Amino acid sequence: MNARLAALALLAAAPVHAQGFAGMGGDAEGFRLPERGAELRFPEDHGPHPEYRIEWWYLTANLEDGEGTEYGVQWTLFRAALAPGAAEGWASPQVWIGHAGLTSPDTHHAAERMARDGTGQAGVTAAPFAAWIDEWHMTGAAPDGADALDALELAAGAEAFGYRLSVEADGPLIFHGDDGYSVKSDSGVASYYYSQPHYRAEGVLRLPGGEVAVEGVAWLDREWSSQPLEGDQSGWDWFSLHLEGGVRLMAAQVREGAATDFVAGTWIEDDTATPLTREDLALTPLETATVAGRDVPVRWRIELPARDLDITTEPVNPDSWMEMFVPYWEGPVRASGSHTGRGFMELTGYE
Amino acid sequence: MRRAALAALLSHWRARPLQLAMLVVGLALATALWSGVQAINAEARASYAEAAATLGQDRLARLVPADAAHIDEADFVALRRAGWRVAPVLEGRMRLGGERVTVMGIDPLTAPPQAGLAALTEGDGLAGFTTPPGRGFAAPETAAELAAADLEIAPARGIAPGIVIVDIGIAQTLLDAPGRLSHLQVHPDQPAARADLAAVAPHLEQRPPDDAGELARLTDSFHLNLTAFGFLSFAVGLFIVHSAVGLAFEQRRPVFRTLRALGLPGRSLMVLLVAELAALALLAGALGVALGYGVAAVLMPGVAATLGGLYGAEVAGSVVLRPEWWLSGLAIALGGTLAAAARDLWRTARLPVLAAARPRAWALISERRLALQLGAAVVLALVAVVLARVGGGLIAGFTMLGALLLAAALALPVLLYAVLRAAQALARGPVAQWFWADTRQQLPGLSLALMALLLALAANIGVGTMVSSFRLTFTGWLDQRLAAELYVTARSDAEAEAIRDWLAPRTEAVLPIWYVEGELAGRPGRVYSVADHGTYRDHWPLIDAGDAPWERVAAGEGVLVNEQLARAAGLWSGDGRLDLPGGPELPVVGVYSDYGNPQPQAMLGLDSFTRHYPDAPQRQHGVRAPPGAVPDLAAGLRDRFDLPAPNVTDQAEAKRISLAVFERTFTVTRALNVLTLGVAGVALLASLVTLSGMRLAQLAPVWAAGLGRARLARLELWRALALAGFTALAALPVGLVLAWVLLAVINVEAFGWRLPMHVFPADWVRLGALALVTGALAAAAPALRLARIAPAQLVKVFAHER
Repeated sequence: MNARLAALALLAAAPVHAQGFAGMGGDAEGFRLPERGAELRFPEDHGPHPEYRIEWWYLTANLEDGEGTEYGVQWTLFRAALAPGAAEGWASPQVWIGHAGLTSPDTHHAAERMARDGTGQAGVTAAPFAAWIDEWHMTGAAPDGADALDALELAAGAEAFGYRLSVEADGPLIFHGDDGYSVKSDSGVASYYYSQPHYRAEGVLRLPGGEVAVEGVAWLDREWSSQPLEGDQSGWDWFSLHLEGGVRLMAAQVREGAATDFVAGTWIEDDTATPLTREDLALTPLETATVAGRDVPVRWRIELPARDLDITTEPVNPDSWMEMFVPYWEGPVRASGSHTGRGFMELTGYE
Repeated sequence: MRRAALAALLSHWRARPLQLAMLVVGLALATALWSGVQAINAEARASYAEAAATLGQDRLARLVPADAAHIDEADFVALRRAGWRVAPVLEGRMRLGGERVTVMGIDPLTAPPQAGLAALTEGDGLAGFTTPPGRGFAAPETAAELAAADLEIAPARGIAPGIVIVDIGIAQTLLDAPGRLSHLQVHPDQPAARADLAAVAPHLEQRPPDDAGELARLTDSFHLNLTAFGFLSFAVGLFIVHSAVGLAFEQRRPVFRTLRALGLPGRSLMVLLVAELAALALLAGALGVALGYGVAAVLMPGVAATLGGLYGAEVAGSVVLRPEWWLSGLAIALGGTLAAAARDLWRTARLPVLAAARPRAWALISERRLALQLGAAVVLALVAVVLARVGGGLIAGFTMLGALLLAAALALPVLLYAVLRAAQALARGPVAQWFWADTRQQLPGLSLALMALLLALAANIGVGTMVSSFRLTFTGWLDQRLAAELYVTARSDAEAEAIRDWLAPRTEAVLPIWYVEGELAGRPGRVYSVADHGTYRDHWPLIDAGDAPWERVAAGEGVLVNEQLARAAGLWSGDGRLDLPGGPELPVVGVYSDYGNPQPQAMLGLDSFTRHYPDAPQRQHGVRAPPGAVPDLAAGLRDRFDLPAPNVTDQAEAKRISLAVFERTFTVTRALNVLTLGVAGVALLASLVTLSGMRLAQLAPVWAAGLGRARLARLELWRALALAGFTALAALPVGLVLAWVLLAVINVEAFGWRLPMHVFPADWVRLGALALVTGALAAAAPALRLARIAPAQLVKVFAHER
């Protein structure tokens, strides 16, 4: 039931198929819409924007233990608004949803939490930075004067798994699109989108076999909007990659029924972000796997001729299915080809 | 061979359709009452199970306050943030659209998954549910009753009747309990890393899932009561079956012998007979189950009202065809028939092929058998006495009742035999002497039916005495207890304060009737406040009191407890001490009777109450005013504060409501009572009809000696009346003992109160007349047949004499 209720929260009473993944298509109904040229302000914009329909704090980490075994960790907090604005107490029309994932080459654990706004069970504060739902938390640990997201402590878990990580950034925030105004369709539907892709991470994973010390890299995405997808867009395929030589790449395509898919990306090198479009970037599925009874494209080819990039991504564990209320694929991947590297892939809307 | 044998056996029923009809009717009636009661019980239990399963209470552990009425919402957040997967619930009774309902507030996002709440996702889903004014969900019939409520209530399956599920925030508004929760549900899966409860919320304690449900326990006695009645009816019905089957076997002995002599193996004969009985039992059982459904459908609304009024248990007012009761109805019909026929089957199996085939129905009852029966009756009576002395609990009470009734039934033929012998000795003239001797001779054939009549009459007297005693005590008690002239309930504490201010200059006194719910001696109950006022000292009936109880209660030095609590926990004035929920332990200074309420209760002085329970709602008040001023006061209150009608109740109205609840409590019992008497009447009719056919051999010589048919028929009628009359006389003491057991044993166990016994001789006269009418009606048809019999039939007796 929880799942379905949350679906309704997200779907605003419309079926998934007609309205795009998680109801992100559709009208704004009194919510604010992102505007091109608006300047993001910090630390305020690290906090929630209840006048927008949906928002997330999304951290993924590629980790390795002492023996070289690869792991992926996800810590996500979604905010979904039933109506614009927040209030004290149960009457606040905001819903919080937390997702935690832990992937190893042979297992994938996932857990979901939901909470109402207004009671303190879940929420986000900008300064000092803290995001939490139940006992899961992502708390700012940055020194004074630094960006609040420069250092974070985070933890989540369920019956069968858990993790504690510390992440520290060695680079600045990155703004996608036009200084954080990120267009999602040819007709101009957009979101505010920025990232902190420069984290080094270390921590401890709790697995059924015991605790494992790990270290690696992490990437935080911040995004909010009121209608990030067009009505006929069914989902997206998204990559965040840490490549050799300190290069980071965000590459995504939004699938549109019969029409050409909408493609966007960001090339991040030497702390500078270069937006990429359909002309620069091509994403091609190479192989599907049957995951949770669906055919999901798990191997991809990513081409960016302008940067001499032609890589293939392979999942660390093809079965990285997030069986949540709105289900999706999210897990660590390896890149090979013209560049090597590692990162995360997210595939949504494969119903 | 078998086919021919079967045809021969069945020809008996073709020749005696009336006998067949009696067998089928008797069994069908018995099964009907039994399965009707079972249907009612099954329906009620299904409702309890549904209520217990609401919000998963039957499988989820919960956190409850160790010694307070409420949980603070902050505890919920603290526990969630410490890794406890718990979900908040706020529960309370309130009036919605004029109906009293239980409002259950939940948080759909943290509530563990469960059936019955899927409907929350319909329409505008979460937003409509959580956004004020919100939306409620209730069982379809409850939703229909609440059509007038301010809150939109949508029908949903899987929610128990009488419960309205709303969002937790909406519930806090409706119940005026901001920031409060009743309990927390503990999700079955918990994270591995979780803080200790003692570290996060030391004032909460974890309770295991409540699989039985408080309601099921509370109403157990009521259902046992119904079951006992159903069983009594069934037993009475089996008397009919036993006598009808016995006669059929007796009359067919020549056929059995002939079939055996023709070469039918004994085993085949038995198979055929058992198959015949089974077929009859299933036919009658099916009829009975259908009738039982009708009985249940008629009685169910009354039962539902009783359970609602007495226990606050909401039960659906309609009956569903559940396999658990119609299968059990068929099974008991089959089992009962075979048990009733066991003796005859056994005898037939051992029937020597060449034995005399003469029906033996006319053997005079042997004195040895009577002595045996009397011995059994004495043993059973002793068992009853022993149970009364050492037994405890409802089961022992009903066992005692059963032993007592069976003892009385077994002793009845002995008593009647003695009475008839004495009458014969006193009789003058040959006809009178023949009348009594012949009556005595018929006793074996009629004794089972008369036993059934005795049981039905005794049950009637017993239950009637109990109900009447209860009513007398209850009305007297109500007069004392409802001493205030007007009762006012506010919708919020602020409104209550305004009402008190408004009333103060206009009335003699405003008496707060405030309460908190909490655990008393291990059971959920209530603690009430009591003002220091003459109203209580002068009117409130105490059945046990120490020195100056009201003064000590007012000074906060003691508590009063209700009779239920006193009896259940052994708390009486003198040395009893009561541990108040979230409050101090205080000595018990008095006990008051509290009829019509199954829960424990305590009364605390007003000052102590407000000190220990500052958060308790302060909304209900009794108002003392000159009776003449009450109508104006009530109207003034309604106008001034725009109070809904049920919130202002005058004394007469309160009494009427209480009495209505009381009346409904025994509606079902009384209905079953009348039906049982009906079954007994049918039993008597069955016996007389079957006997009358065989009695021709006895009557023919008397007719030949010069007694006319009409006179013989009148004598038959008188005989039935005499036997019914004697049985009614015998039933009187049995009924009175039964009443005593019900009042002093069963009621104390079932409800927790003991009532003084009152006797109502006028009722006995009425019942005696009813017994005579039953006897006369049962004897009328056979007598009429005798009066109109063709003389040739009587002459034939001599021609056919063997």
